[in-house]
Amino acid sequence: MTTEAETLARTVLSVENLSAWYAESKVLHGISFDVREGELLTLIGRNGAGKTTTLRSIMGIVKKRTGSITFNGDQLIGRRIYEIARKGIGYCPEERAIFSSLSVKENLTLPPVLQSGGMGDEELLEAFPNLRSRASSQGTKLSGGEQQMLAIARILRTGSRFLLLDEPSEGLAPVVVKEIGELILRLKARGFTIILVEQNLRFAKRVADRHVVVENGKVVDILSAAQLDSDMERVQSYLGV
Amino acid sequence: MFDAISPQLIFGQLLIGLINGSFYAMLSMGLAIIFGLMHVVNFAHGAQYMLGAFVTWVLLNYLGIPYWPSLVLAPVIVAVLGMVMERTILRPLQNLDHLYGLLATYAVALIVEGLIRQQYGSSGLPYSSPIPGGVNLGFMFLPYYRLWVVLFSIVTCIGSWLLIEHTKLGAYLRAANEKPDIVETFGINVPRMVTLTYGFGVGLAALSGVLAAPIYQVSPSMGSSIMIVIFAVVVIGGMGSIIGAVATGYMLGLVEALTKIVYPEAANVVIFLFMILALLVRPNGLFSGAEKTR
Amino acid sequence: MMTRILLLGVLAVLLIAAPFFAYPVTLMTILCFVIFACSFNLLLGYTGLLCFGHAMFFGSAAYVTGYLLKTTGLSLELALLGGAGATALLGLFVGLIALRRSGIQFAMITFAIAQFVYFLLLRAPFTGGEDGMQSIPRSALFGVFDISSSFTFYYVVLGITVLSVWFFYRIVHSPFGEVLKAIRDNDQRVESLGFKPERFKLVAFVLSAALAGLAGGLKATVFQFATLTDVSFPISSEVILMTLLGGLGTLSGPIVGAGIIILLNDYLADFGEWALIAQGVILLLVIMFFRRGVVGELDRVLRKIRARRAS
Repeated sequence: MTTEAETLARTVLSVENLSAWYAESKVLHGISFDVREGELLTLIGRNGAGKTTTLRSIMGIVKKRTGSITFNGDQLIGRRIYEIARKGIGYCPEERAIFSSLSVKENLTLPPVLQSGGMGDEELLEAFPNLRSRASSQGTKLSGGEQQMLAIARILRTGSRFLLLDEPSEGLAPVVVKEIGELILRLKARGFTIILVEQNLRFAKRVADRHVVVENGKVVDILSAAQLDSDMERVQSYLGV
Repeated sequence: MFDAISPQLIFGQLLIGLINGSFYAMLSMGLAIIFGLMHVVNFAHGAQYMLGAFVTWVLLNYLGIPYWPSLVLAPVIVAVLGMVMERTILRPLQNLDHLYGLLATYAVALIVEGLIRQQYGSSGLPYSSPIPGGVNLGFMFLPYYRLWVVLFSIVTCIGSWLLIEHTKLGAYLRAANEKPDIVETFGINVPRMVTLTYGFGVGLAALSGVLAAPIYQVSPSMGSSIMIVIFAVVVIGGMGSIIGAVATGYMLGLVEALTKIVYPEAANVVIFLFMILALLVRPNGLFSGAEKTR
Repeated sequence: MMTRILLLGVLAVLLIAAPFFAYPVTLMTILCFVIFACSFNLLLGYTGLLCFGHAMFFGSAAYVTGYLLKTTGLSLELALLGGAGATALLGLFVGLIALRRSGIQFAMITFAIAQFVYFLLLRAPFTGGEDGMQSIPRSALFGVFDISSSFTFYYVVLGITVLSVWFFYRIVHSPFGEVLKAIRDNDQRVESLGFKPERFKLVAFVLSAALAGLAGGLKATVFQFATLTDVSFPISSEVILMTLLGGLGTLSGPIVGAGIIILLNDYLADFGEWALIAQGVILLLVIMFFRRGVVGELDRVLRKIRARRAS
């Protein structure tokens, strides 16, 4: 079933031969992969493999990069961060980046509406009831799980249909991880296209269509969900578990 | 010695303290706003304050434009110059050590002050008060213009504070102070925001300059001499803290005035003594509280 | 290596012959500022500390040395040491306060304290206030050698300058200097290695203050007067410009920078404000386009040429 969808769906994002640098040290060495419309793709690999850098390069936060990143046919390399965001890409960073000088409400409503189709403030508060009761408290006073929910919720406001989520499950209790997993599945069901960076293989397995394995700044394997199931050993060897 | 001090002297000095404090507060606030977002100490702040006063003088003497329109025009003109400076000088330096930003703005201050001095000489130019006269309160004479300056600066400070703490625009600024890249990933044009914020801070400096023109002489050195105090104010108040800057500004104006009453010889140095004391007692700034220090 | 010795030889001949061709006072001014710029370079170039009020050391020492010469009859070298010692103490005091903050705030605090020192000296009874301290005698060197003529005195100043630059060179190339450079590049890493960066910064600051004091005292004996100008901000600003223009963190950079700026000031002395405007423009250009400074840029060009020849 997945394979049929794969062949039919249009390619939204195409990364070709992407290299990236932090100051003088090269972190990515020619990454290539495609993301199709409505797909949920994970980037998996060890710490320091280059997953986060890949997301940051797509978003333009890492400025020194070569190769090609096209989104709906537009070249992203050479564009500034806000220009990339305005094309319809939402980014939720690993550290969640909740603003301590802003209230929960201000954090949630900070991102502007860039495209129609984003969720309204009411809709968001309904979807994330915890945030409503804490609306006026300081953003960073929320629990880790709540901060993660807030970080995802606020980018849904912009109307972006393409999301980059960096390790949303990291450091959270199993119950909360489950909640986040359900949220991501709901988003997928609503037609969002998502790149998810994950180290938690069980979590990734539950939600993703395909897995891109990154090692030392290169793509070493691309697996479908079915392959991941049948060949866990191979994957575990990549992750070194 | 206290019986020798007349109430006229005390209230007169306190009024001067309040006036000076108003300028310290407005200038420090602009400096703190700029520092918060850009992490650059805008050494040109004094020169921009001086330019505000000079543009006001030039508008009146060459174009016949009086004080009230200048109150808007001069800050806008100087702010535009500031924004050009941000784009051409500060932006290329933004990824380097912020000391370069400090030195570059200092160089600009040196050039601007030198050019003005070359053109208009070192002695001050007079600018007559737009609200002449005053009221005798019995214990002192209160010129209307000074009352206007005090009230206007208080309103400006409160207004700017409300803008930053309680509006959407302010939320963008606060968020960008913390994590500019993340704010930009929401599709917000942060580079333009930096330019506009610098323009706002510079505009505040020029606005203070317009207010100062009828009180002090319009002179090339008015900026560099006040900068010394402003530096002390923001160090004491905690860098980038807007409330700290404003509160410290007014406080130091009054402290200076009180010193003039009690021990006039120390009036010039009391602010620096205060700074040294504050550094020894509260190394992170009097108002640094929960804010991060850099 | 051979070219280096040759270059040093040529330089030595030039320095020794210079007063036969140029006005000795101008030459001595340059030499005083060479020492002053070295002291500043030790801080900004090698420790990463921007002192925005270095004139407080230069000027205070000018007064102290002058006062010693005028009132005590000490010989020249002792008066100079007295001035440098006094500013070392001042440096210790200022360092203890200003080093509580780093980076830009350190710069602002030194700026404010320098103003404080300025006001104190304006008020102090022995400085002569606005008029300055006049007719400072050039007491005999070691109590023996007569140095009243500027021509002979030039060689004394030259000797002291060479010694100071050598001293600076030794500091920078000592293990202590290596730690300073490491602090400049990454002080957290230095801390994690078990060093206390604050202590090293303080020692560097005191050394720099003493060296700046030596320069100031020497200047007071060259001109035979000390004024408030010596402690004023323009002097602090000039030394920043000299160091950046010559080349931050290079040995010879500040020497070149001091020469250029003093000659430029001399040349523009009759053009009113244009000397300061020129300084501003040069500073801005250096910051925007030539952050390596004259020596740094020359070095880069030479390296490129050599690399091209080698390949």
